[in-house]
Amino acid sequence: MGLVLSILTDALAYGMVLFIISIGLSIMMGLMRVVNLAHGAFAMIGGYLASYAMRNLGVDYGVAILIAVLGAIAASVPFELLLYRRIYRNADPLIQVLMTIGITFFIIGIVNFVFGPTVKSIPLPAALNGPADLGFRMIPTHRLFVIACGVVTALGLWWLVEKTEFGIRLRAAVDNSGMADALGIRTEIVYGATFALAIGLGAFGGVVGAEILPIEPFYALRYMVTFLVVVSVGGAGSILGALSASMLLGLADTTGKYLAPEFGEFFFYLAVIVTVVLFPHGLLGKAHA
Amino acid sequence: MTKMSRSILSLAMMAAMAGPASADVIKVGVIGTFSGPYALFGKNFKMGIDTWVAQNGNKVGGHTVEFVYKDEEGPNPAKSKALAQELIVKDKVQYLAGIYFTPNAMAVAPLLEESKTPLIVMNAATSSIVEKSPYIVRTSFTMWQNTVPAAKTAIKNGAKKVAIAVSDYGPGIDAEAAFKKTFEAEGGAVVEAIRIPLNTTDFSPIMQKIQAAGADTIFCFLPSGPPTIGFFKAYVDNGLKAAGVKLMSTGDIVTEIDLPSIGDSSLGVLSTYHYAVSHQSPENKSFLEAMAKVGAGPDEVAMTGIAAYDGARVIYKMIEATNGQRDPAKAVDSVKGMNWVSPRGTVSIDPETRHIRQNVYLRVVEKVDGKLVNKETGAVFSDQPDWALSKR
Repeated sequence: MGLVLSILTDALAYGMVLFIISIGLSIMMGLMRVVNLAHGAFAMIGGYLASYAMRNLGVDYGVAILIAVLGAIAASVPFELLLYRRIYRNADPLIQVLMTIGITFFIIGIVNFVFGPTVKSIPLPAALNGPADLGFRMIPTHRLFVIACGVVTALGLWWLVEKTEFGIRLRAAVDNSGMADALGIRTEIVYGATFALAIGLGAFGGVVGAEILPIEPFYALRYMVTFLVVVSVGGAGSILGALSASMLLGLADTTGKYLAPEFGEFFFYLAVIVTVVLFPHGLLGKAHA
Repeated sequence: MTKMSRSILSLAMMAAMAGPASADVIKVGVIGTFSGPYALFGKNFKMGIDTWVAQNGNKVGGHTVEFVYKDEEGPNPAKSKALAQELIVKDKVQYLAGIYFTPNAMAVAPLLEESKTPLIVMNAATSSIVEKSPYIVRTSFTMWQNTVPAAKTAIKNGAKKVAIAVSDYGPGIDAEAAFKKTFEAEGGAVVEAIRIPLNTTDFSPIMQKIQAAGADTIFCFLPSGPPTIGFFKAYVDNGLKAAGVKLMSTGDIVTEIDLPSIGDSSLGVLSTYHYAVSHQSPENKSFLEAMAKVGAGPDEVAMTGIAAYDGARVIYKMIEATNGQRDPAKAVDSVKGMNWVSPRGTVSIDPETRHIRQNVYLRVVEKVDGKLVNKETGAVFSDQPDWALSKR
């Protein structure tokens, strides 16, 4: 019983990290039809900014998260204006992939040059550092914080998309951008804001997930496959889909690590294959016309 | 490689060797990790060699020595082999040196006899590398060399039940075998042995497993870099440190380069290793000063720097013994049994194995003047051979 609970708590924490980072990617793929392979790179920028802010400027963890999110969005603005804007919704997938992988290599190079090739840690505040006693086991306190962040992110997004004016415009632009334009919705602005939201979420996930996915220059490539897998298993654009995919994959991976660590990522990919065979468009995805 | 291209290659090599030594410049090809996550270790190759040249000049008995650097990037045997071929055929090097990763060294080894080029390995730490060619000499260390003292220390510190956690690749498996054999021979029990896939970043499950096995000590080996930080955090945050489970390792997981990132969770970790940057000796003091002069920033000196520095000494001796001629057998023979006082302590080249014999020190991570260092405890295992090679 203790073992089952242990696996579940670890799986929940890992799944939440996957969710926070991947949901931004999922939104971009679902709403703007952009396969943004540079998403991991922007998450990494968030991690580096937080690490730099805390270790060199001496700010608090909360402030560092804010700097990371806003900084990553600011860094992405020139990319959005000059490059991404041209490929929303209609571009050839090959162009999207080539462009975004190019941006990824560009960012890796810059980060390597500026911060060096070693791993950068993000120091945790005393309240989140060290173990917490759950009764049946000790767990890193930070994991509880990550789980809470995941829940807040999921609820916040649901509220934003379903209950706000912005959400209505967004859904309108997604369903029929031409008609939305004709009705006076500035789709350019809606897409720009959604892009910023996606990057911001990625950066947020990069910072809070740094304990599980450590920040180093090749972060941008190393974990990108995992993020893409979450999106394809969950179904692009679906919040609930990304959440359930993250939980499912987190559970498969963590169970594998507990019971048969020498199998590596076998169980993770087994879960992926089974899901994709049963649900070709992802758990909650819709087929695009 | 096809038979055709192989014979073309050997023809090219013969042509390369038939020509006279060009204007009496002796070239040494150094293959190291000069970019990517392991770039600082490659930089140490270069700085160690530069330090030796700064102290001893670039001339040996009238011959000018020139070092040519190539980037092996990561564990990529095909690439390293191509680089070695390029160095031999195009740059006409007389010696090869460096090599950070074991698989890369293994890929280069078959070229050595064919091209009559000695290789001085400056890092790759799997025991069997030196057996792959009679022209290989190693100035770094092996997992067996550093792990056997770790197992002896564990026994001495009263460990009864040990969990071994190693990365699932060559050096990790060497470390597991060395620790298990030594520890069990001395009466200890290994209650859990986990091989961790190389790309693991979440170590919480592994810590839970170790705790469930009831171990009183963990022995671990992971390649330095991203994984080590997560491993230490998981050890502390899953409550193993608080529960009194001790953590031991070879020095690879607490290199001076990584310590600032690992942070305070590394305090008190015991490790056995052949070199600590904080080693107290006049030789080490002047070595570190000279390293700073050739561009080593603070926290940038690592074990590959010292291996390259001593490796350059070995190469100079080989050039001197052969008077600049290409004679690999004579070159390698001339350094068998060679001994000197290195910044890491007294060392010698074992005539049997062509691997370096050296002291292995027990160190503990401590904070000195606000900086994390591997402080030597005073316990020294002197003149350690490579245990895997020497016991056969």
